[in-house]
Amino acid sequence: MITTRRRGALRAATALVTAGALIGALAACSGTGSTTTPAESIPAEGVDDGSTLTLWTRAPLEKQANLLVDAYNATHENQVELTVVPNDDYVAKVGAAAGSGGLPDLFAADIVYVPNWVEQGLFQDLSTQIDGLDYKDEINKGHLSAGTDADGNEHVLPFVLDLSMLFWNKELFAEAGLDPEKAPATLEEYAEAAKQIQALDKEGVYGTATGLNCGGCLVFTWFPSIWASGEEVLSEDGRESLLANDAAQEVYATWHELWESGAVLPSSQDEAGPTWTAGFTEGNVGLMFYPATLLSSTPFDAGVAGIPGVDGGASTFVGGDGIGVSKDSEQSAQAWNFLTWLMSEEAQVEVLAKNNDVVSRADFADNEYAAQDPRLVTINEVASEGDTPVALNFQQAFNAPGSPWLTLVRNAVLQGTDTVDADNDAITEILAQ
Amino acid sequence: MSADTLTPSTRAASPPSAPRTRRRTPRARRDAVRGWLYASPTALFVVFVFLVPLVLVLQMSASDWPLLAGNRGWNLPQNYIDAVDHRLFWDSIWFTLKYTVVTTVLLIGLGLGLALLVQESTRWKSFLRTSFLVPSALGLASASLLFYVLYSPYAGPFADLMRAWGFTFLGTPEGALWSTVFLIVWRYAGFYMLLMLVGLQAIPDDVYEAARIDGASTWQTFRSITVPLLRPTFALTIVLCVTGSLLAFEQFYILTKGGPDNSTMTIVQLIYNVAFQGQNNLGIAAALSVIVLLALIVINILQLRAFRRADED
Repeated sequence: MITTRRRGALRAATALVTAGALIGALAACSGTGSTTTPAESIPAEGVDDGSTLTLWTRAPLEKQANLLVDAYNATHENQVELTVVPNDDYVAKVGAAAGSGGLPDLFAADIVYVPNWVEQGLFQDLSTQIDGLDYKDEINKGHLSAGTDADGNEHVLPFVLDLSMLFWNKELFAEAGLDPEKAPATLEEYAEAAKQIQALDKEGVYGTATGLNCGGCLVFTWFPSIWASGEEVLSEDGRESLLANDAAQEVYATWHELWESGAVLPSSQDEAGPTWTAGFTEGNVGLMFYPATLLSSTPFDAGVAGIPGVDGGASTFVGGDGIGVSKDSEQSAQAWNFLTWLMSEEAQVEVLAKNNDVVSRADFADNEYAAQDPRLVTINEVASEGDTPVALNFQQAFNAPGSPWLTLVRNAVLQGTDTVDADNDAITEILAQ
Repeated sequence: MSADTLTPSTRAASPPSAPRTRRRTPRARRDAVRGWLYASPTALFVVFVFLVPLVLVLQMSASDWPLLAGNRGWNLPQNYIDAVDHRLFWDSIWFTLKYTVVTTVLLIGLGLGLALLVQESTRWKSFLRTSFLVPSALGLASASLLFYVLYSPYAGPFADLMRAWGFTFLGTPEGALWSTVFLIVWRYAGFYMLLMLVGLQAIPDDVYEAARIDGASTWQTFRSITVPLLRPTFALTIVLCVTGSLLAFEQFYILTKGGPDNSTMTIVQLIYNVAFQGQNNLGIAAALSVIVLLALIVINILQLRAFRRADED
């Protein structure tokens, strides 16, 4: 019996040692450093030698990414293979790949995540290359600064800009006796217009809509009202939430009143993101804060303006994605070739602007395609007045399901509770970690 | 073979627990090697599929392991402290337990009811059995997506009603819970009916006949014969149902993502969120996983012990 026990113990120990060795090997394989490879030896134009590059992007930018990749592949020897990842899975996929050293050559990231991902060393340092661009000052500053680390090293260029704008359905405006050519100039006018459209009492038609269970939708569409009112949403270092200031309180109060009046699409209450624009696109919502990238997908005559503040002004959330060369890429020179082309007139005007998208370079804002649609000129103009919040823990504080930001908004707007200060402190607690 | 080894007296004289000192014969050694060879594919499978992930999650739970940066070294016991200190830890446990109780009661009750309904030979027996069982053939993720559309205020069949009445299925904490419970009951009731049916059919007919001769009513028969003799089936179904509900994830991930207001946050959804949707911290997520694993082991042991004791009584 003793012998059998000893043998059993020996077997168990052997199994554990084997497993431990396997784990050690796995852990060694999965270990990642936080260093990035400074790509100083890359030529200014990169290298176009027929290499195959891999590129990941998230699903909301699929249309623009496909257009860009197709245009690049048609004119270059290098070929880019695009992988589109569902929005909700993107962070997990990038994280898993980063851990195992399997990131693609190029990958785009929601601009609000970029500071954290740069900090974690997921992108290569492109300071030398970006500083060498003679049009650097024309590139969208919000995206560039999001990709700049504490030491001033630059890692990211804008991939696709997505701005939040005030969109209104001109047909419903006319029916409600509102001027279809005039945008509400203040948040109060916005609320009045929504209530007037609600008063039409048309079946299935609502004044306005939003995503009250979607943190990303809410930062994208509500922060601009605070900026337009002359206030800030975050401290300069991104470690303190200022979302209890007077302008923010006015924003919550206005939406609370709208919700109570029944002028907000009821499903906004549990809208977690996937269909937050559907009501407006279907023509059932009078006006809402809406992504500019959907301009070409709106099937009726829609007016476009900047998002108004409490007493006027206009602003926008300069969102979208930044793109950089991953830490795991061994084709930095080829990847840089794609990035320089992405910043060129050929890509910005002949691909993006031609398809009703916003350009990332200010010197191309007034282009021939924008001139054909005054709404694009408006979007380009408001872009320069917009902002992009920068914080390391942005996802956890704002975008994650059940984030403290969502708690703040749901308490203030749906419940009407007086908890903004305490909820704002909960956001700060996470931002300061 | 000597004659001594065959005599009963000699065998009786040997102490039963005497250590074996005899060296292995070459044949015994060959048999042992062959045995190892037969067992090795399964052993390797067990090592790679069960043991490696288990040890990996233990290592992860003891390490500072951000999703985007990989393993940064040991971090004990901080991961476990952070896991228990998470602002949603106790809420998610409470919700998971509530959900488990609700689904277990409903599924076991409905499963037994359906089994009793289709047990007797009727014209519609096959049709009913098939109808109740068909949802079980659908993957849980597919079923959740189906219900997501069903509950959708845009694409669902009730969209117009929802707009007219101003309600949403998933917009309130109660609505989100009961909408998900309805999906689970629809998906699993047929499966539990099948398990109950097997249990019912294992009860010998002559026991019922004896009860009938003794003049027992239907209720008395059910209470005194069916329920006690179904105890092993109840044990199996309750263990399955409790374990499945405590590990609920897909249905909530697809339908509610733990919302609204974190009201449907199950413990596994919390683990997922901590790992991939916010904190991006695999170390704390793994610590939560280990806590859940230990809790499950304890709960299952308690359940099985309770049923064994009831059987002995």
